[in-house]
Amino acid sequence: MSWYRKHLLDIESLTADEIVTVLDTAKAFKAVGERAIKKVPALRGKTVVNLFIEPSTRTRISFELAAQRLTADIVNFSADASSFKKGETLKDTARNLEALNADFIIIRHSASGAPHFLSRVVEASIINAGDGAHEHPTQALLDAFTIRERKGKIAGLNVTILGDILYSRVARSNIWALTKLGAHVTLCGPSTLVPKTFEQMGCRVTHNVDDAIREADIINLLRIQHERQRKTMFPSIGEYTNLFGLNKARLAKTKPDALVMHPGPINRGVEIDSEIADCSRSLILEQVTNGLAVRMAVLFLLNGGQGPQGVAGS
Amino acid sequence: MPEATIILNAAAIQRALTRIAHEIAERNESGAEVVLAGIPLVGDQLAFRLGKILSEIWKLPVPVGVLDVSMHRDDLAHRAAPQVHQTVMPFDVTGRTVVLVDDVFFTGRTTRAAMDALNDFGRPKNIQLAVLIDRGHRELPVRADFVGKNVPTALTEKVRVRLDIPGQPDEVVLEK
Repeated sequence: MSWYRKHLLDIESLTADEIVTVLDTAKAFKAVGERAIKKVPALRGKTVVNLFIEPSTRTRISFELAAQRLTADIVNFSADASSFKKGETLKDTARNLEALNADFIIIRHSASGAPHFLSRVVEASIINAGDGAHEHPTQALLDAFTIRERKGKIAGLNVTILGDILYSRVARSNIWALTKLGAHVTLCGPSTLVPKTFEQMGCRVTHNVDDAIREADIINLLRIQHERQRKTMFPSIGEYTNLFGLNKARLAKTKPDALVMHPGPINRGVEIDSEIADCSRSLILEQVTNGLAVRMAVLFLLNGGQGPQGVAGS
Repeated sequence: MPEATIILNAAAIQRALTRIAHEIAERNESGAEVVLAGIPLVGDQLAFRLGKILSEIWKLPVPVGVLDVSMHRDDLAHRAAPQVHQTVMPFDVTGRTVVLVDDVFFTGRTTRAAMDALNDFGRPKNIQLAVLIDRGHRELPVRADFVGKNVPTALTEKVRVRLDIPGQPDEVVLEK
């Protein structure tokens, strides 16, 4: 157990031990959410800013509630209401937030590396809530938490990520986290969205969905991100659904205990059939619950100072 | 390697716990109202041992919980984040006597955090404190109700309580 980082910028630079530290810490925070009083004073007096320069509802609300349950004050700053439209730079915006004594800045930005840049220009702790197609670390952590909780382990499991991998920061963060923790990761989708180059990250790449999910313990579905595609990468949504959508017939050919995940928002009838999204093998809503616990854990760990680790009983 | 002195061996630890259990029984006439809450990492082990002795004295089961206090500490921003342990409080504390159990009583800050943490689970009738070692140097106005052994220490020394470690005897050690 160890955590001495000030920022959470990506999964790539974390060690397996650090990832496990977040998951273990999140377990205790999940229990807080199940109590009558769902709040602890760990971040009392701290100020958290949600700086979302790209639309998001669930991640922003999840961070917002996480900060509130830790007794921090939280301010939301979104792209449409902000001064970006008036031409202010990201650096100036962040420095303005810092002038208000923000202790944490949670940033979502369409440019890869924006959180890393911020971490160099301000004193606050930076949390990456999604940067371009690069990384979405808390999503990978909550996915790993959900898998570990349901399967009791991660090492040795077969995890298939199905969908738009090329444009997906969720996929990249998941690949880093899962391979560091010893899972076997298979990627599947149209060849235009799942290039063979991903094999360099230690994954198996296939374009045949039945082959991808046959031995899977976990099937993680990703949304087709229309907003990130500059040109058409596959002929039609209908064809995508026919070739790669998870339906009852396909799920019947998987292991009986294979579980289905999706980071949301889901497109019913596109990448996932409605009845599968709602079935007992779907972890989609558990992921939302666990996301809150994981984000509380991340805020709690980053809040730690520089000294030796605090020890119970002293 | 720091110089280490054994303050309590396994038999002495068990004798101290037996005496504390009898003192708890003497103070609290109605055993049915008493629950124990141990503070990890070692206080919870002590609480389970105390609970066993008390249930033999009272001839009734004594509920034992585990109360992690890391989220209520007052030094969170001053040092690296502490390891958080699972809190398991499988009973209602409202209206009952809660005996907090910790291994080493030092600054009193853990006890304050524990009282805050307990507050989230209800309103106990009263809270008592049982510790295996009282090493002094209080920084807050709290005191223990039941003490296994008073050990005068220097601030630089460390007191370590080792219980149930495979291949090692139970012992309390003072490191200079």
